Amino acid sequence: MDFALNEQQEMMQTLARDFLTGEYSDKVLRAMAADEKGYTPELWQKLAEMNLLGLSIPEEYGGVGDFLDLIVVLEEMGRACFIGPFFSSTVLGASAIIEAGSEEQKQEYLPGIAEGRIIVTLALTETSAKYTPDAIQTKATRKDNDFIINGTKLFVTDANVADYLICVARTRETDNPQNGISLFMIDRKMPGVSCKSLKTISGDKQAEVAFDNVKVSGDNVLGEIDKGWPVVEKVLQKANTARCAEMVGLAQQALNISLDYAKERIAFGHPIGAFQSIQHRCADMLIDVDGSRFATYQAAWRINEGLPAAGEVAIAKAWVSQACRRVMNSAHQVHGAIGFTEDHILPFYTKKARYSEFSFGGVDYHLEQLSTYS
Amino acid sequence: MEFTLTPEEEAFRKEVAAFLEKEVPQEYREKRLTFFDMSAQSDWIQVHRAMAEKLGAKGWISKHWPREYGGQDASPFHRLILREELTRYHSPGYDSIGAGIVAPALMLKGTEEQKKQHLPGIASGKVIWCETLSEPGHGSDLASIEVFAKEEPDCFVVNGQKIWTTNGHLADWNALVVRTDRNAEPNYRGITFFLLDMKTPGITVNPVINMAGHHDFNEVFFDDVRIPKENIVGGLNKGFYVVMSLLDYERTTDPVYAIADVYLNDLAEYARDNNLLDHIMNHRIAQLKTECEIARLFHYRVTWMQSRDMVPNTESAMSKMVSFELLQRVAEFGMELTGQYSQLAEDSARVPMYGRIPSCYLRSFGHSLEQGTSEIDKDVIAQRGLGLPRLR
Repeated sequence: MDFALNEQQEMMQTLARDFLTGEYSDKVLRAMAADEKGYTPELWQKLAEMNLLGLSIPEEYGGVGDFLDLIVVLEEMGRACFIGPFFSSTVLGASAIIEAGSEEQKQEYLPGIAEGRIIVTLALTETSAKYTPDAIQTKATRKDNDFIINGTKLFVTDANVADYLICVARTRETDNPQNGISLFMIDRKMPGVSCKSLKTISGDKQAEVAFDNVKVSGDNVLGEIDKGWPVVEKVLQKANTARCAEMVGLAQQALNISLDYAKERIAFGHPIGAFQSIQHRCADMLIDVDGSRFATYQAAWRINEGLPAAGEVAIAKAWVSQACRRVMNSAHQVHGAIGFTEDHILPFYTKKARYSEFSFGGVDYHLEQLSTYS
Repeated sequence: MEFTLTPEEEAFRKEVAAFLEKEVPQEYREKRLTFFDMSAQSDWIQVHRAMAEKLGAKGWISKHWPREYGGQDASPFHRLILREELTRYHSPGYDSIGAGIVAPALMLKGTEEQKKQHLPGIASGKVIWCETLSEPGHGSDLASIEVFAKEEPDCFVVNGQKIWTTNGHLADWNALVVRTDRNAEPNYRGITFFLLDMKTPGITVNPVINMAGHHDFNEVFFDDVRIPKENIVGGLNKGFYVVMSLLDYERTTDPVYAIADVYLNDLAEYARDNNLLDHIMNHRIAQLKTECEIARLFHYRVTWMQSRDMVPNTESAMSKMVSFELLQRVAEFGMELTGQYSQLAEDSARVPMYGRIPSCYLRSFGHSLEQGTSEIDKDVIAQRGLGLPRLR
């Protein structure tokens, strides 16, 4: 057992923290939340120069580090309440390509992701907002060597700025809904692809993407035809663990600013942090933050080692979501009325936490998954 | 980062499991006895002693101790693995106080003579220990204890009453904390830690029965009890520091996450066998299962710190609170799962699970009180862990 970060992970943590502290102020966060794209080309370029966009991509495709390095950086992204297509490109896009792509596809797309030249996201969720295989209703019909794709994807993160969408579609009707699902690499500018931005409470960029008779060639299939669901499951494991890492960072920062406030805010002649009612709340927050980190690191470690991780991921997502929610609620209570205003940064964290919690399945979904595993 | 035990540790688990498979009385396994309620069995002390001596003979109680004290320098995870397997096999045999608390405190603060005298007895499983800290008027605020030991030329003489002494009626030795200076400022600088032979004249032990009907606690009366000066641990008037380091161990001596997990599995099995596993129950079991895993990670972090010679403090307070409150929730879930059947006492007709359910539930009221209340844990976490100011 080892709960500590290694040297490389510590280095990534410091690198990301220093960068975000310097470049991602509350002012920038507010601007990015309001911004249509959610990031600036300058910022993206800097992330690329620090090799952060290539995290967990194999070195031969221009990447650096492993999934644990990525998790450590995502935690820092959470601390900064970072908005932008980092998660979409490094976790969703890159993972799916690493998992299922042919040698040619890897060479074609992964270096571009690592260098920040292209942004790739995953078009998975549909209007049911479910993460079971039967939720995939978008159809890809074979026509000679091509596929014609029809359907609507919802909650597609950063689709508005993505160059490519990895569309999960049904290629065959079968009794078992897990079979007959395939992944397609689709240029967002292709005829028939239309993207409508959704307005979100957190300022994160999500979109509804409609595929209307989109014609792609067989070369655009990512992985084996009809056998895409196991790939989706693996990507979902990474995505959920990555969301947990973000929540760990969000919760840690909410605790940090609550502690700062509790130490300086005076009431009844004392800093409010001297009162047991506040102290015990903060103690509970620390337990929630640390427990979240352990569960997240454990799931990430198993994924990184290539070990079965479904149970650990479900435990992490179910627990971290609840813990992060409790932390946010307590942070608001510690801050009092000022934290209830738009002028304060805390609401950004609260909103982002709920965004992370619900994407790729909420608490109940993951508890249900868990009862099927055990 | 590494979330796995070593192959050597896993092999040790197998070895322990194979041994317990043969040695644990069938009745204990059949009844699914839990660590916190098995002492109510009429033959518990005999079974406990027999198992403890077998574990001692294997060298497992002291496996993680340094070689110079008779150990094998194994990682502290071996202690945890032993406790996890004992839990899984519903077995007594591990003296939480002697092996779990007194031994590490002695290794940290004891004299060479004290180590030589007491560590072998603890390692052998033959000597049972109790600890005596609280008084009727002083519990959480330990620094204010009043029972006094008066210095004489060759010894200290103790008079007064202590309470909540678990296993006081069975123990051979006692880790006793009393006042030796009434004028000390602050008051914790007037406290001394003694090792007391329970055969010493002047000790009276009376039972205190808890609300589950179990006899674990005792009140202990001291009437001119003479303790040799060489039995002081950590120095005269410096006992509070020994207690503080002892508490860091006490808070994670028992594998409460595993006790909760095993009991939860037993409840799930009962639910399955009795067609109680509907959608809602499955969901609740999954939630508790998740919490068991989190509690395990908190405990493993403490053990990992010990394996790296770091001294866990707020970390053990966090682990203690998380796991004991979890066990309370699991015990409460047992009551809800069985509903009206939960009202049936052990030995009643139609009682489910041999009466485990009310036994564990009623016992669980003590979990957020024993080994430091949850409130004290939160004080420790907030003040020492988070640096929040103390109200004075």
